[in-house]
Amino acid sequence: MADAATTQEPTRRDFLYIATGAVGAVGLAAVAWPFVRQMAPSADVVAAGAPVEFDLTPVPEGQIVKLFWRGKLIFIRHRTQKEIADAQNVQIGSLPDPQPDSARVKDGKAQWLVVYGNCTHLGCVPLGNSGAYGGWFCPCHGSVFDTSGRIRQGPAPTNLPVPPYTFVSDTKILIGGGAAA
Amino acid sequence: MKKTTLLIAGALAAFLSAPLAALAAEGGATPPRQSWSFSGPFGTFDRAQLQRGFKVYKEVCASCHSLSMVSFRNLSQPGGPQFSRGQVEALAATYQITDGPNDSGEMFQRPGRPADKFPKAFPNENAARAANGGAYPPDFSVLAKARTYSRGFPWFILDAFTQYQEHGPDYITALLNGYVEPPPGVTLAPGQHYNLYMPGNAIAMAKPLSDGQVEYPKGPDGRAPVPETVAQYAKDVSAFMMWAAEPHMEARKQMGFKVIIFLIVFAGLLYFTKKKIWGRIGGDPVSAA
Amino acid sequence: MESHSTYVPKSGFAKWFESRLPIAGLVHSSFIAFPVPRNLNYFWTFGAILMFMLVAQIVTGIVLVMHYTPEATKAFASVEHIMRDVNYGWLLRYLHANGASMFFIAVYIHIARGLYYGSYKAPREVLWILGVIIFLLMMATAFMGYVLPWGQMSFWGATVITNLFGAFPIIGEPIVTWLWGGYAVDNPTLNRFFSLHYLLPFMIAGVVILHVWALHHVGQNNPTGVEVKSVKKDTIPFTPYATVKDAFAVVCFFIFFAWFVFYIPNYLGHADNYIEANPAVTPAHIVPEWYFLPFYAILRAIPSKLGGVIAMFGSIAILAFLPWLDTSRVRSSTYRPLYKQFFWVFIVCVIGLGYLGGAPAEGGYVIAARILTAYYFAHFLIVLPLLGLFETPKPLPNSIAESVLENGHGGPALAAGATAAPDRKS
Repeated sequence: MADAATTQEPTRRDFLYIATGAVGAVGLAAVAWPFVRQMAPSADVVAAGAPVEFDLTPVPEGQIVKLFWRGKLIFIRHRTQKEIADAQNVQIGSLPDPQPDSARVKDGKAQWLVVYGNCTHLGCVPLGNSGAYGGWFCPCHGSVFDTSGRIRQGPAPTNLPVPPYTFVSDTKILIGGGAAA
Repeated sequence: MKKTTLLIAGALAAFLSAPLAALAAEGGATPPRQSWSFSGPFGTFDRAQLQRGFKVYKEVCASCHSLSMVSFRNLSQPGGPQFSRGQVEALAATYQITDGPNDSGEMFQRPGRPADKFPKAFPNENAARAANGGAYPPDFSVLAKARTYSRGFPWFILDAFTQYQEHGPDYITALLNGYVEPPPGVTLAPGQHYNLYMPGNAIAMAKPLSDGQVEYPKGPDGRAPVPETVAQYAKDVSAFMMWAAEPHMEARKQMGFKVIIFLIVFAGLLYFTKKKIWGRIGGDPVSAA
Repeated sequence: MESHSTYVPKSGFAKWFESRLPIAGLVHSSFIAFPVPRNLNYFWTFGAILMFMLVAQIVTGIVLVMHYTPEATKAFASVEHIMRDVNYGWLLRYLHANGASMFFIAVYIHIARGLYYGSYKAPREVLWILGVIIFLLMMATAFMGYVLPWGQMSFWGATVITNLFGAFPIIGEPIVTWLWGGYAVDNPTLNRFFSLHYLLPFMIAGVVILHVWALHHVGQNNPTGVEVKSVKKDTIPFTPYATVKDAFAVVCFFIFFAWFVFYIPNYLGHADNYIEANPAVTPAHIVPEWYFLPFYAILRAIPSKLGGVIAMFGSIAILAFLPWLDTSRVRSSTYRPLYKQFFWVFIVCVIGLGYLGGAPAEGGYVIAARILTAYYFAHFLIVLPLLGLFETPKPLPNSIAESVLENGHGGPALAAGATAAPDRKS
């Protein structure tokens, strides 16, 4: 390389090399983007994630109903008075993921608990109405959730999350309502 | 050497141009070229035209022709008719979609949502044929790309340079305008209609459009901005079908312009880099020669 | 691969690694120090262009498989799903579909360059035959790939081409049934074609490695056809000279490619393939993709089914015997005045066959196809063997360097370039 430097102005030549390399790098990155992006949810999958309505009337007290929104499992639990009381009479500070029951249900609708149905540990589906707290028990690694879906024992780090939803009438909820579609 | 090549090429061209006559004769008349807003490297769809075309499709064609790969939501996406979200939601709700099974195991009907696809006009091909005297009304989803006509030599080569790609909409427009009385001596089978542009000239579909059949939205002066005629309906519905077949055409052409400009700049830089590097050994004997 | 390498590992780790797996030295000798004839023209960049196209096809193909469904009732809709809903799906599919055509454009130029400059002659016979094998694998891959969208041309193309094997007496019928996995082209056929379409490109990549190995063993041919006499005077190191020239050519080729992908993406396809496969209706004209047309014309030119099949496969197989059919001792057409003329006649013959392959099989087209088919084979079996005996070649330059000097270039700077060139062992 040194031999050519004597006949050419070095700075201009270097600039040309740097510019060519930089443009090439930009091109490579631009080409990579569609290949990365194609793995993100496609337009039909995103559209199918539009909010879904659910009628609560057929769900009797004490029962848990499963449904899917955006391909994710959701539990809808019609809680008994005892279960509500159990969920409320807890020392918040003693919980691994402290959260009052009131923050996990809608005002005046404490009988309806709506949570995602996959354990926050590694995604198994916990069994309903079981475990030491009468909430859920995950058979995979032994996480125990209470009647508010909060983690009480075991390896799961957080409570079962509450999906975005709103009451559109007294007995109907809209799951995904208010969420970015 | 170059002269010989040219000579051979010339002889070849003369020989090659003969066959178009044969293909054209059996393919029906050559459709006239239309001017489309979406042709060429910077082409975009005319939103108003797509919206009108959709209206023609919905009111005239949809009773027999499905649009099964298009979703309601597509009507509001960029690069299409761009109806508003509200319009699309309202439109979707006017359709009944089969969903299910429900808890008792039965399929049920519910109002459509933007994410749904257009329901099929017939449950299956046999049902469609039974209802249409044995003919199968083709699905419109990709039909504008599935129809073409022979351009013949040398036009098919020139098309690669002029980017003429609108064979499909040109053919469909011509077909919709091509219903005439059969020439004397031509007898058609029952249920067949004479069309200038249909290959073989016999088409099962009766003339679908007539002047004034579809009411177009009125402008501020109380009149539709375009004539409510068969010629206009045909063009509008053809444009709509082209969009349905190639919904990302605008994005494609716009990206293409950027990509080609980028590649030209990059090629230029590489050319000078190459020249510099080869300059060390007195230049590239080939490119310099 | 033998080493042209002057690679010296610098760091301690590089030394440790190189003594256990000498891969850095291999790369260095193959793609950096490898001596390249200094007089190569741009037709020699098509090797690099093809390498890029192979990688591009494999990468876009792998990505398309993430969204494609190889099932007869869903394949067509899944391709439309890619075109409509997958992020940049339309771009990936158009890149892949047009990429196949670009691959063939490049390979035909690559083959024509080999024919023009006599690159198949000793000692490059094995290199050439490996190339013919790659060409055959490419054709098989492209054919099966075209079946996957499950349009009308996919279906009927698959039917027609697989039926070719039915031409063989007695075994024909069972072979076709076995190929189909049924009694007609159907879902089992689609599934196996999908599997093989995914497999074959990796086999191509394997043969490409052998092709490049053979190339680096015997060295590149060049426009004069004169072997390298002095590495110092006749060659330059691959990097940076050939690398930057190839990069320039690849980007120029991509401009051409982009024109098709973004502006005329369906130009090289068939409108009929946007109609879903229907076993009850055959399209008016079944035509294979443009790159198969010359061979399709040869198939149709022979009035017997078995004869047509043999002629079609023979027209490709005959390429493998080319090194022995061409009796001339001179490689490059530059110094073969008669062969140069016949080369162009042959090219026109192949283009003519391509045109006839796309025309309807009737009347004058069939007669023309028969004449051109006869000429195609005569070129290999009569013209080439005889030319070597009767042609008087022009005087060859003594060396590559001399031919470069004749063009009035590379005078004083020659020595400068030579300092960068490594010495060959011999």
